[in-house]
Amino acid sequence: MTTTTRRRPRTRLRFGFVDSFLWAVRIGAVAIIGVGLIGSIADTLSGEGISGGAWRDLVITGLSQGSMYGLIALGYSMVYGVLGFINFAHGEVFTAGAIVGFFVADALAEAGMWTDLPILAISIVMLTSITTATLVAVLVERIAYKPLRGAPRLIPLITSIGMSFFLQYAIRGLFGSNIKSYPQRPTALQGSVDLFGVPIGKAQLAVIVVAAVSMVSLYLFINRTKTGRAMRAVAEDKEIAALMGINVNRTIVTTFAVGGAMAGVAGTLWGLLFRQVFFFTGFLPGVKAFTAAVLGGIGNIVGAYLGGISLGLFESVGPNLILAPLGVPAVSQLKDVVAFTALVLVLIFKPTGLFGERLAVEDRA
Amino acid sequence: MAERLLDIRGLSKGFGGLQALRNLDFHVEEGEIVSVIGPNGAGKTTFFNTITGLYPPDEGEILFEGNDIAGLEPSDITERGIARTFQNVRLFPNMTVLENVMVAQHCRTRAGVFGAIFRTKAFQREEKEIRELGKDVLGFFGTRLTGYRFEQPAFVLSYANRRRLEIARAMATQPRLLLLDEPTAGMNPRETIELTELIGKLRSERGFTVVVIEHDMKVVRNVSDRVVVLDHGVQIASGTYDEVASDENVIEAYLGRPAERGTP
Amino acid sequence: MTAVASRSSRAAVRVDRRGVITGLGAGGVAVFLGMIGMLVAFDGRNVIDPILSLGYAVLIGVFVVAGHRAAAREELEGVEFEPYGPYDVVSGAVAGIVGGAVVGGFILLIEAFDVREVFTNVSPALVDFLTLDSGLAVGLIAMALGGAVFGAVGAATHLLPARVKDSAISAVIWIFIIGFIELVIVDIVESFKFADFFEDFVYGDRRGLTVPAALLVGAGVFLLTWRFRGRVVAFRARIQVMPEEQRRKTGVVIALVLIALGAILPAVLGTFVNELLTIVGLFLLMGLGLNIVVGLAGILDLGYVAFFAVGAYTTAVLTSPLSPAFSPELTWFAALPFVIVFAAMAGVLVGTPVLRMRGDYLAIVTLGFGEIARILFLSDWFKGIFGGAQGIIQIPSVEIGPLTIKGTDPQQVFYLLLFFVVIVAYVSWRLQDSRIGRAWIAMREDEQVAEAMGVNTVTAKLLAFVIGAIMASFGGAIFAAKIGSIFPNSFQFLVSIIVLVLIIVGGMGSIPGVAVGAFVLVGVLGGPTSPGLLREFAEFKLLIYGTLLVYMMLKRPEGLLPSARRTRELHQEEYLQDAWIDAQEKEGHPEEDG
Repeated sequence: MTTTTRRRPRTRLRFGFVDSFLWAVRIGAVAIIGVGLIGSIADTLSGEGISGGAWRDLVITGLSQGSMYGLIALGYSMVYGVLGFINFAHGEVFTAGAIVGFFVADALAEAGMWTDLPILAISIVMLTSITTATLVAVLVERIAYKPLRGAPRLIPLITSIGMSFFLQYAIRGLFGSNIKSYPQRPTALQGSVDLFGVPIGKAQLAVIVVAAVSMVSLYLFINRTKTGRAMRAVAEDKEIAALMGINVNRTIVTTFAVGGAMAGVAGTLWGLLFRQVFFFTGFLPGVKAFTAAVLGGIGNIVGAYLGGISLGLFESVGPNLILAPLGVPAVSQLKDVVAFTALVLVLIFKPTGLFGERLAVEDRA
Repeated sequence: MAERLLDIRGLSKGFGGLQALRNLDFHVEEGEIVSVIGPNGAGKTTFFNTITGLYPPDEGEILFEGNDIAGLEPSDITERGIARTFQNVRLFPNMTVLENVMVAQHCRTRAGVFGAIFRTKAFQREEKEIRELGKDVLGFFGTRLTGYRFEQPAFVLSYANRRRLEIARAMATQPRLLLLDEPTAGMNPRETIELTELIGKLRSERGFTVVVIEHDMKVVRNVSDRVVVLDHGVQIASGTYDEVASDENVIEAYLGRPAERGTP
Repeated sequence: MTAVASRSSRAAVRVDRRGVITGLGAGGVAVFLGMIGMLVAFDGRNVIDPILSLGYAVLIGVFVVAGHRAAAREELEGVEFEPYGPYDVVSGAVAGIVGGAVVGGFILLIEAFDVREVFTNVSPALVDFLTLDSGLAVGLIAMALGGAVFGAVGAATHLLPARVKDSAISAVIWIFIIGFIELVIVDIVESFKFADFFEDFVYGDRRGLTVPAALLVGAGVFLLTWRFRGRVVAFRARIQVMPEEQRRKTGVVIALVLIALGAILPAVLGTFVNELLTIVGLFLLMGLGLNIVVGLAGILDLGYVAFFAVGAYTTAVLTSPLSPAFSPELTWFAALPFVIVFAAMAGVLVGTPVLRMRGDYLAIVTLGFGEIARILFLSDWFKGIFGGAQGIIQIPSVEIGPLTIKGTDPQQVFYLLLFFVVIVAYVSWRLQDSRIGRAWIAMREDEQVAEAMGVNTVTAKLLAFVIGAIMASFGGAIFAAKIGSIFPNSFQFLVSIIVLVLIIVGGMGSIPGVAVGAFVLVGVLGGPTSPGLLREFAEFKLLIYGTLLVYMMLKRPEGLLPSARRTRELHQEEYLQDAWIDAQEKEGHPEEDG
């Protein structure tokens, strides 16, 4: 037999066009972020930048908004983990919950319950929101996605885009195109509370807490209950799960339902925090929530939630932190650009996400 | 000594914890027909995948016509003259039979957008040549893939015809080296014999150098100048069929070690 | 006898479940349509004046379809099939009654409770509509009875021999069509002496056909279909088997005829229709471009509107004297090469990062790019170049020598568009049938294998992006000159989706399909901001787009006028079965092995 000198592993620098381009983007992104950060620090030190209080507010806004993104992201993540496609219509599931919740809230406000028994009122609203969102999610699955099980992955995606538009404009047709305003926050949620010496808006705190509690409940549900176990099994490998006696169809419906429920919670929180909802409310948060889901690792529940919080923080703090020092005017307009850029960068450079993706065996590349 | 067509030295490829190829040496002279055999999991398809650029090797060099092609993009490697078929036939199912062999000539042709839009003389001439070569390559298999078959989408073909089209498509890339991955898998005895003859003709009529991964030993015996045996990513034997068939290591690899005398 | 007994009991069971469920569904649909205001809005337009409005037509349609579905049974080759009988009609009637009951219940509910606060379109007008303006009692009975009757009719269609059924359906469809294209026909006839008489005779006051006209059209189409149906089917079959050469020549002839029509028609048609045609033309241009990216290369680009925007803004910046940063004030045609260059650059910019992504992630990223582009065009940051929210105004019209194509004259704009559409369609056609076209299709089928066969997928994908971008940018450039001013609001995600729906409904990968999609969808429903032929659809435009997208994906993903390849691709099993059956019929000549 021939003896050959073992060659060193060659670091194949394949500087094709694509690679150079991607490297340019990497370097550009790092440079922009770096310079922006340094600029921010310099500004803060010299007292020129925005105040500590302003930063704190941005962080809290980011956390609360991010909590809601996280809740919505759960739905995207679970559906992708199980069925391998992006459920575009999930943003509208959130909208449906928020809008129906509004009508209940409005009625309760008129009856006086909103101000007299706020906790009960909000709970009722939340229950309605959850029920509506769950129903919509399940209906969409039954009508549009079930017949397409097993189709090449782009077809359900396109269908979900169609469903998204249908739902948006169905909501508009049913409830009108005017913006609906949730009633004023009950006094219990007005003003701020001191947490470890840091003043936090009560409403924001409530949002963060409720979202976290929901997340924990979901986590326990998925990991400690029989249904949750079935969901994990189906997400892992549908065929084998079926062979183990799991009703795959019912589990998939449950997955959609649970995702919808989380979106319903987010709907009420949104109504409480931002008050304004209309048929188009869910579109942008929907896309951002999907970004969050990918950021955290698609299919990974905890990752999705953390991704949501990260994205919320990033889009809230980012414009001022990075772009303002670079001399970009009116950075608050660019909040969405920051979010979308995060989406693009994540999908290009780390499509498996920060915490690792959990895909079904059929979908793993 | 004439330069070897393909000369592989020290090829290694691992996936996570699994080492598919270990420090593998392999060579093919021009005009040879070499069979690569080995038990399942020996790394044979990974071997092909690495040569053709589907994965970059971890270590080692792959010299084709004297140039190292390790780590190049698959389309570059095809352009240099190595073509392959796939173990689980991967045709372009919705393209017609003729289109399958026409698209395979992509790297051999040059007509670009300009020529396509303005239907220049050069473009038309090239299209004609592409069709002719496509039909010629399909004709290698007799009448099975010709005539009305040209315009049929590939997914209507029977299994054996798909395998033949797969080979025709590889031929259409006008390679110097053909890598056939289990070409007779799933064929009945008659089809197998026919294909065995055709593999010989690939060399005698068309001048290709052929490396075949095979499980059917009759085919291996009838077709090969030389046989190389892989097991667990290493070459454990090489030689003529008879030499290899009686090699102890090879028998052990396929059948396992005979039991120790005296064990109950 | 046992046979009869078993039939009736089976029938009874069938009637029970299927009919009821279908009826409930139909009722739900009808209520939904009522709640979003569609029924009342459509009531404003007649199909047959004065007896049938579009609103009632839709309602009736729901019940007919419900009846049809309730009674439908799958006919499988080789399985014993009971011929349709009276029991099936009963099924349909049951579905209809149940649906009618649901609607009736709904009427009672909204009579009792005022839900207008919540459901803004549930108005007294809706109640009047549903009760036929005749009060509750009559209305409820009419609903139930009408439901039963029309459900039965729907089911009865199964009983008709195919020829009668086709002829009847054709007749109904054409009554609708002639009604819908009233504006077009009136414009064409305008120049003739008998125009007024024609108009009065054919069209009613509140749109729609008059009764005599409807009878005429209905009977005429019925007879024509009856007589020539066989011929049409045979003709289509002949086209299928026509050899490539001949088919191509026929296609060329048809295209030339259409172009000639396109050249003549605008002179005849009125302003509104011409304006509509220009919108159709713009979307057609974009559709052809996206067709290459999605239909040929298989890349789902959801941010396509960005390229349209690049074309528009480049033109605006380079031609308008009020362009903020610098105003070279080039002529439109002088700016065009720059448009092409910038569009190509944009194509590369968008295409390169996504080269290695899998399909659905790619879709979302392109969506992100589209939105980033729009927000940047809108932002204060780039206000200095792009004008921010105020956009750029005073974009001059296109000048060709002495001729000026005034943006306000849709006819001239249409001719300009026609010119570009023809060029773009020609280029698409040529590219499809070429080396690069084959490379795209192979890449769409199996990217890895295409690479292995020598196709450089990097180049192929970038080429697709660039060519698609350039085509969209043409649309943008024309759009800018036509409107004379551009604002970031015109470049929303919505536009990308409309183009996508267009090519999916029309037929992906098929140039005639895209044309059909553009004319039918944009023509009837209208563009993002402009109404189509039927103003009543404007409110529900996007709802319908969404529904269409879902429906097409579920039922007919290859589109209305698909390329042969696409149909094959998406209906492989049927194709295989047909091919097998054909082979058997070639008298058991054994398919030679392999």
